[in-house]
This record gives sequence, C-alpha cells and structure tokens, in this order.
Amino acid sequence: MTELQARGVVKAYGPTPALRGITLDVAEGEIVAVTGPSGCGKSTLLHCLAGILRPDAGQVFWRGERIDTWSEAARSKLRRTEFGVLFQFGQLVPELTVAENVALPLLLAGTGRRAGRTVATAWLARLGVADLADARPGELSGGQQQRCALARTLVTEPRVIFADEPTGALDTLAGEQVLTQLVRLAREQRTSVVLVTHEPRIAGYADREVVLRDGAVDGAGLGLDLPAAAGSGLGLRATGAPAGEALANAAPAGGAPAGERPAGGAR
Amino acid sequence: MLLGLLAEGDKHGYELKRAHDRRLPRARPLAFGQVYATLGRLERDGLVAPAGQDRDAGPDRTAYTLTPAGRDALAAWLAEVEPPMPYVASTLFAKVVVALLVADTGHVRSYLVAQRRAHTDRLRELTAVKTDPSASLDDVVAADYAIAHLDADLRWLHTTLERVADWHREVHS
Ligand SMILES: Nc1ncnc2c1ncn2[C@@H]1O[C@H](COP(=O)(O)OP(=O)(O)O)[C@@H](O)[C@H]1O
Ligand SMILES: [Mg+2]
Repeated sequence: MTELQARGVVKAYGPTPALRGITLDVAEGEIVAVTGPSGCGKSTLLHCLAGILRPDAGQVFWRGERIDTWSEAARSKLRRTEFGVLFQFGQLVPELTVAENVALPLLLAGTGRRAGRTVATAWLARLGVADLADARPGELSGGQQQRCALARTLVTEPRVIFADEPTGALDTLAGEQVLTQLVRLAREQRTSVVLVTHEPRIAGYADREVVLRDGAVDGAGLGLDLPAAAGSGLGLRATGAPAGEALANAAPAGGAPAGERPAGGAR
Repeated sequence: MLLGLLAEGDKHGYELKRAHDRRLPRARPLAFGQVYATLGRLERDGLVAPAGQDRDAGPDRTAYTLTPAGRDALAAWLAEVEPPMPYVASTLFAKVVVALLVADTGHVRSYLVAQRRAHTDRLRELTAVKTDPSASLDDVVAADYAIAHLDADLRWLHTTLERVADWHREVHS
C-alpha cells in the first residue's frame, strides 16, 4: 500500500523557488532516503510531506487522502497521531526530565500522566536508555539525547517517521546507533521512514534513495548538473582522445585557465 | 596476519585458512598454497615452528606454533604506524579524472551515474550485513571498513562534480 504520495509539489519562499514540482511515493514500511546537495530542497520537501508547510501547488496524500488542503488544526492532529518527526537536534524540553519529554506527545493526545510515564519508560528501555528516565536533557551526551528524542518520536507509534539529518550533530558511532535503532524499530512496526541526509553512508540504511537537485527529483541520481561539454569546458580535449594520451596531458594542463587555451586541445 | 592468528593458539594450515576467512569475511579468501608458502617462509625465518609430536608429518598434517621471535615480530608489526595511504592509486580516481578530461558530457554523466549507483548499492548491501542482528563483531568491523571507503569515494565524487560545475560557471560567466 502507498503510505504517502506527493504529486507535483511546488514551494517557494518569496522569490526563492525551493521545490519545482516533486512527485514521490513512499510505500508502507518503506525507508526512503532523500539526498542531494545543501539547499536543494530536502527539508522543504520533508516539511511539505509532514504537513508542516503547505505547498503552493501540487498535492500531498496520506493513505489516499489529500492532506495538504486540511486546516492547520487537522494537520496538526495528524502530525501528533500518525506522523513522527526527528530533527538534527533532538529538541527535548530542557526543563522536563527525559521520561516527561518522551511522554509529552501522549499527554498532548490525552493520555493520563501515569499511563504516559509507563509507556515512555518502556520505550526508553527498548532503546537501551532506561537508566536516563529521570535525567534532564542537559546532563546527556548528544547521542543519548538523540536516542531519547527517538523514543519521543516512537512513543505514539506513528505510521510515518520524518527524520531530517537525524545524525547530523552526532559522531559516527553515536549516529549509527541511533539510526540502527530507528531502522530496526521501523521495520518491526512496518513504519515508513522519510530520511533526509546529505551523507552517502546514512543513505545506505534506506531501501531506496531519491536524489534532489535544485528542487526537483534527479532521475539520474547525481544531484548535480554537469556543465554542458564538461571535457572541453576544462580547456582540454573535447572528445574522442584516447584515454592514455589524455592522462599524459592531464598533469600540466589541469591547472591552467581554460580561456587561454584553444578549444580543440591541450597541446 | 597469520602470526596474529597463531597467537590465538597453535593451528594447522587449514585451520589458519579457516580462521582467516572467518575473521575477515570481506577480504579475499586465502588460498591453501599461499598459507603453506607463507608458513614455510615464517619457519625458515624462525618465527613459527612445528608444534607437538607430528613434526615429520607432511605440511598439511603439521600444526604450527609461534616462536618467541615470532611473538616479537608480531608485536613490532602491531606497533608500526602504517603510512597514511590515500587511495589515489585507485582506478576510480583515474577514470573520473580521465572522463572529465576527454569524454563528452553525455559519456561522463552516464559513467558517473552508473558508478555512483554501483557504489550506493554496495553501501546498502554492506549496511544490511552490519545491521543484521546476528552479525558478529568481526562482520561489523569488516563492513565498517568497506563502508567508510565507499563513503569517502562517493563524497569525493560529489565534491569533484561540484568543483567542476563551479569552475565552469566562473569561467563562463
Ligand atoms: N525559511 C526560509 N526562508 C527563505 N528561504 C528558505 C527558507 N528555508 C529554505 N529556504 C531556501 O529554500 C531552498 C531549499 O532549502 P532547504 O529545503 O532547507 O534545502 P536543504 O534541506 O536541501 O538544504 C534554499 O535555497 C534555501 O535557501
Ligand atoms: Mg535541510
């Protein structure tokens, strides 16, 4: 089943176009990495899919229902109940204990304080951080904070998790542990995940990768447009030269400004 | 490497091969001939010696043990810093450079797209190996090593393309 769909989603910030018509399907239980260079529109797309931002044009569907036209209140409820978000910085409330932070989404959904705490500590235990329940976020390492934030994301058992550079602020091992747990639990619950990252290593955790370039899906998957006639653009051989010969010419020619060389060749 | 495996305990040639292939599941499997040739050389240099009674049996029947000199050699090898060797000798590097120099955009692009896809697919396979709950520490450490290098290749590939695009933009603006 298709969990989430974007159809021709367009979004601009004033005169700055951020998305130029994105079409994308995420199946139930599928983990999709959204990658591409900085500024290509990854976060904007995630916000449009999660109902945080309203697209200027195009449609967003969740389980076949069009959600981008819903009122702010209805989208906000959807985000609290069916969606979960995880950002680069966990954004735990510093005044609350970890368990209170994790229980917060449940309290907002009307669960009682006691029941909320029970569920929250169970999730903390699943993520191997049960001992942190009564700590304040400020006392924790970045990796521990992000695990607690992950517990808070999972506590409502969302159907879709939106994660925007969730390991961006962590060292390699801590980031990997958070991601391994996110992926393991998502697979167990058949939760779909939209994972925004600019790191190839992190995209390796997904089933599929969607590469964006300048606000559009890049079918070729490079995330970059190569300038027309790259070869000749470098002031070297335009086409057809045998590779060995070109490599022999490469060292002296590589550093020279192209404009000063005849278009045809390097010698 | 064989000295390290013998440090765990005495082994026959075939046990050494098995231990090597199990410890380094992502490395190329060791050939038996290679094991016996290396053992012969190590024995000649006094770093290993036949263990136990069956010293007159054939090479495949003999268990080997680490000599004191072998232990010293192993310690020295472990203490020695490896030259930080960038992978500039790789074919990937040469190909990308040559492609940017000689090929027309269409060819460069399709080569890079295919190469990137191959790298990404392999990265995904290795990530699956390593996040498998039944993966051993050996599996994870070996997968990590390969992942780190593929990741570095991909980053370099992207930076190179961005550089070329930037450079091109400057020259033609
Ligand atoms: N709040 C904002 N106001 C104005 N421009 C924005 C805002 N957020 C993002 N942008 C612009 O929109 C484009 C896409 O941004 P973003 O979605 O954050 O990209 P990414 O997450 O891939 O780095 C960029 O050009 C960025 O500068
Ligand atoms: Mg972003």
